[in-house]
Order: sequence, then C-alpha cells, then structure tokens
Amino acid sequence: MSAVTSTAPKPMLSPAMMATVKVLGVFGAIALAIVLLVQSGAMPKGSIGHKVLAAPFIDMWDLPDLLVQTLWEGLVAGVLYALIALGFVLIFKASGVFNFAQGIMVVFSALTLVGSYEIMTQRMGLPTGVAVAILALIVAVATMFVLAWLVERIVLRPLVNQNEIIMLMATVGLTYFLIGFGEYVFGGNPKVMITAELGLPTGNTQFNILGGRVNIQHLDVAAAVIASVMIAGLAFFFQYTRIGRALRAVADSHKAALSVGISLNQIWVIVWFTAGIVALVTGIMWGARSDVSFALEIIALKALPVLILGGFTSVPGAIVGGLIIGIGEKMGEGYWGPLLGGGIETWLAYVIALGFLLFRPQGLFGEKIIERI
Amino acid sequence: MFYRETGQFKTNYADDMAIFPIRQDRIGLALILAFAFLVVPFVTSDFTLKTIMLPFLALSVAVIGLNILTGYTGLISLGSAGFMGVGAYACYKLTTIFPEVNILIWIFVSGFFAAAVGVFFGLPSLRIKGLYLAVATLAAQFFLQWAFVRIPWLFNYNPSGAIEVPLRTLFGVPITGPTASLEVKYLICLCFVVGMTWLASNLVHGRIGRSWMAVRDMDIAAELMGIKLLNAKLMAFAVSSFYCGVSGALFVFLYLGGAEAGTEFAIRLSFLILFAVIIGGAGSMIGSFLGAGFIVALPTILKFGLPAIGIAITGATAEKIVLMIIGALTIYLLIVEPHGLARIWQIMKQKLRVWPFPY
Repeated sequence: MSAVTSTAPKPMLSPAMMATVKVLGVFGAIALAIVLLVQSGAMPKGSIGHKVLAAPFIDMWDLPDLLVQTLWEGLVAGVLYALIALGFVLIFKASGVFNFAQGIMVVFSALTLVGSYEIMTQRMGLPTGVAVAILALIVAVATMFVLAWLVERIVLRPLVNQNEIIMLMATVGLTYFLIGFGEYVFGGNPKVMITAELGLPTGNTQFNILGGRVNIQHLDVAAAVIASVMIAGLAFFFQYTRIGRALRAVADSHKAALSVGISLNQIWVIVWFTAGIVALVTGIMWGARSDVSFALEIIALKALPVLILGGFTSVPGAIVGGLIIGIGEKMGEGYWGPLLGGGIETWLAYVIALGFLLFRPQGLFGEKIIERI
Repeated sequence: MFYRETGQFKTNYADDMAIFPIRQDRIGLALILAFAFLVVPFVTSDFTLKTIMLPFLALSVAVIGLNILTGYTGLISLGSAGFMGVGAYACYKLTTIFPEVNILIWIFVSGFFAAAVGVFFGLPSLRIKGLYLAVATLAAQFFLQWAFVRIPWLFNYNPSGAIEVPLRTLFGVPITGPTASLEVKYLICLCFVVGMTWLASNLVHGRIGRSWMAVRDMDIAAELMGIKLLNAKLMAFAVSSFYCGVSGALFVFLYLGGAEAGTEFAIRLSFLILFAVIIGGAGSMIGSFLGAGFIVALPTILKFGLPAIGIAITGATAEKIVLMIIGALTIYLLIVEPHGLARIWQIMKQKLRVWPFPY
C-alpha cells in the first residue's frame, strides 16, 4: 500500500497544510472586511451588523482576562468532549460499530465507581479513604471488562456484518438497558463523585494577568493532564505493542486481519474494554464537575458533533475536534449567545460541525471517501 | 387453506402491478378498516383509546414519514421529533390567528410548514451521507427544540411556556380541547392516518418513490441514470417532514391536549421513531404500523401487564425494569430478524400460502 503511494511526487505542502493556509486566508479576509466596514462607518454602533460582527471582538480586546477565562473553560470542556469522542472512535475503527452507548458507558462506569464505594463504606463497614476508593476503582474497571465481554458475546457476535444502522440501533438498545440497569442497581438519585478520596485536587487558583483575574480550578488542570497522559498512553499502546498492532490491523481490514490469525472476538473485547476505561476516566472527570446521574447523558450527545468534525476513524481528529467544539461553544455562548437569548450551547456545536462538514464531508481527519459504482 | 391465490388470474397490467394482488389481502384490509372504524371506538375502553390507540395512530404517521426518508431514500434522520414540533407549533399558531378556519385544515396545512423547515435542514444531505448525516440532522433537532423554548411568540407568550389546545368543533361536535370525547378524537386520527397512508403508498409506488429507492440503493448510479439527486433527496426530506409535521399536530391536538416542547419533542422521541422504523422494517408500509404499535404498546403492556401476571413491581422499579426489557428486547429482535417485524409478517404470509407444505 505504502509502496504505491510513495512513488507519487510529494507536493511542497501537505494537503492538510494547504487547507489550513486557505482557511486562515479566508478568516483573514473576513476580519479585514469587518475592520473596513466598521472604520468606514457602514456599520454604526448598535446596528445588528455591529452587534454580530464587531462588538464581540471589541469585547474580547477590551477584556482579555475574560477571553482567557472563556478559552480555558472551552479548552477543558473540549478535552472532555475529546475523551468521549475517543471512546467512539476506538470502537468504530475496530468494529465498525457506531457505539451510541458510549455516553451511557461514561455515566454507568462513574455510577459503578461511586455506587460500589457507597456500598462498601456504608453497608459493609469499610473505612472511608483512599484504599477503599481504589478498591471501588478496581470494581469499576472489572465491571467495564465484564460489560465489554458480555457486549461482544451477546450483541456483537450475532450481529456481525450487519448494516451499520442496525448496529447503531443495537447500541441504542444497549443504552436503554444500561440506563435501566444502572438505575435499578444504584438508584436514580444523583451521586457525588468521590473526588478527594481518589486523590484528585480540589480548590482553585486565581491568576492576576492582563489587568484582570483568571480563575482556574485545580480539577480542570488535573483533567487536562490526565487526559493528555491517557491519550499519549493509548497512542503508545496502539503504536508499539503487539495488541495495538493487531487492533490497527483489524481497523484496516477485518478480513485481512482474520486471515493472518488475529482473533476478531478477542480484539473486540479489548477495544470495548479500552473504551470502557476511557469512559471511566471521562466519567470521573465529568462527575467531579457536576453530580453523577443519567442527566450526564446529554454530554454524550455533545460528543457527536466532535465526532463528525474530526471524522469517525481518526484519533487525532477526535482530539482536535473536541478542542474546536469546546472552545467554539464557550466562545459562542459567551460572546454571541446573549444576542439570541442564551442557551445556544445546545445546538451551536452541531452548527459548527455542520459548517466544517459542508467543506469536508468526511470530517477534518477522516479517510477520504472514494465512491465507485 | 383459505389463503390461496389459486384461480385469481391477472389479465392486464394494472392487475399485475396492484399493491394487493391477492383477493384475500384486499378482503383482510377491508375487514381491518371496518373493524378500526366501526368496532374499536365503541368496544375498547377509554383507557386503551387514550394510552394506546391515540398515540399509536399519531406516531404511525411520523413513522411512515421517517420510513419514507430512511427506509425508501436511505437517509438517516434523527430530527423527526423536531419536525413534529414544527407541525404542532405551526398548527397552534394558525388556529389561534385564524380561529374561524376548521382545525382539520390547519392540521393538514401545518405539515407544509414542517416540510419547509425539513427541506432547509435536508440541504446538508446533498453532501453528507450515512451516519454523518444522522449526526448532522441532530443539529435540526437541537436547534428546533431550543427555538420552541426560547421564542415566546410560538406559544403566544403563555407564561407556562406550553401549548394549550383550544376548543375547536366540526359540525358542532367538539374535536379538540378538553371537552372533546375520545371516540371523536380517535376517529379523526384514524381518518388522517388512512388518508396519509393511502397518499404515501401511492407516492412510494410511483415515479417519485422509484427515484427514491434508486437513490437509496446507490445514489451515484441513480444520478447517472438521470435522477436529479437534489430533487429526489429534498423531496424525500419535504415529504418526510410533512408527515412528521402532521403527526406532531395530531400528537399535540388530539392525543396530548397540550404540550411543552422542551419535554415532548425531545431527542428521545426522535430515537423512538427511528427505532420504530428499524424494528418495524425499513422500506415497508405495514412495517411502519407494526413498529409504531411496538413502541407505543410495549411500555404500556409491560407496565400494566407484568403486575397482572403476578410479577409485582412498584411504579419506580417498573420504569427501570421496563427500560431494561425494552433495551434487551430490541437487541434480541435485531439479532433474530434484522429486517424487522415486516419481514416476519412476510414470512408468515408465505408459510400460510403454501401450508401445509413446506414450500
């Protein structure tokens, strides 16, 4: 495969860089146009054009500390979206299943962690503290493994080679099952994440920069660091280990992987388990920022625009997409939201993703779609 | 035995192309219709009419609509609940602005508003395909849901933020609002469902339907054969959204009698409708009804049927168990018959035709 492609002469800039240059050029032209419009007096202050096109940028310039704060919040949200999207991508690459249940797995794993901690400390009389929290973590990891194994056995194996929409519907069924099961076992009340017990930092620090104050939660820093470490770890795992190579082979072609003796069933368990671990980490982070309950389900839907933006099959795409959506969403809500009455966060992410998709239908990093008759 | 086509000869092309070529099918359909019109409203209890029949009829229109888009044209949409909401709000605004025009006309007309919105949100389908499109249509869902809550003009600045269905009459008989009887609502719904099904059936068996199916099977090949993708896909979105819109108006005006959009037309309903299409059988009219019946009846049957057969469950636990069973049953059905209930129905008919022989 690579031998064929390498014979083609290399262009000066890679296509991705060319695209970046083009996009930057377009943005620059738009910015110039806005400045010209404002300066020439074609858009007086208070007009709709001024409110939409100029005022938010003037605000950003005037209050840089607020801008930094918004960017930081967007970055943290983006990292967490990226984590959920990463779980989707792992499963989609290896098994071609669009796993709608990933968001529920996030909640379910976090609920297992908190719920088992509660059961151990309250009903079994174990002391609260780090040791039991780690025990609960082990229980949660084990649960995710059992879940991965069961999903492979009960859902994936009989449905192998079915149409993608049928697989999607099966994972929607799995979603309903997990919601019912989770609420049945652990109760429907929102729970508080055991942040301190897991050794995660709490509290916040304020920085005085740019003539203002920027507030940074320690937990968010930890989230960003842990997410980066995990992504690096996953990249290492995929690149350099035996199983990682097998996973990449399966992602490339199921049939070819089977023919060289890679067990698809085993790979699927591993992939679903990895996605479960990613879900658990995401669940801990999200749970620490708000309560752990199935209301978190809505964040799973937030990962979908990230996914179409980055492409279903690309890990870097999930990360870059997550950051774009996270930052874009917070900026949009903060600076343009009030013009529309607020709450635009619910759909802005989709519109951003749609805007990108109209120019690149396969996502930013997705494989080029080649269609043949 | 009784289901034999022996002796029924096709002597012209019209007979050969008939949707129901077998006489027993036509008799069966007539019997079902007669039963639905003449027996059901007078025999079934108010409870059954209210919790099963009305939502079943209202939703089956939306399921037919999504089936046209997903089953016949191959475009997956997760925005159906949003389009239903457009229909409901359009109908509400129209009937409060022009109260003298009959509500039945407005229920029908509100579909056109939904169709216009649907065409707009269907534009990306020209470039995006498959699951990417499914996610892209979520933009419609979330944007519309946001609009229903944030634009007070849509619910006439009602402080509760909800639609309250006014009293409207037909020939002096109240058909919407709190005083309308369930039987009347049922019959109105049924008339709409029969009319819309007839329309949809003719559409999908005609030139337009054939172009939709060509697009579904392979859109590039369809384009090469001279089908204009722009027209075919947007037409599918328009018709589908039209059906969803009418369904939404029926759902609010005849079934719910009032609605808060943030809760009624949420993403969960969109999934439920897609669910009904897949479980019922994509690309099949009868499948739409089987699927709609499945999603409406199953929760009710589980909630009230399980205690009846001796499995005692309290209200709160019931909902969780019902969710688990729905999830498990869905996966089971998909494993057993990925082509849906319509396929099972077809197999049963085939078996009946050759009974008592295996083939």
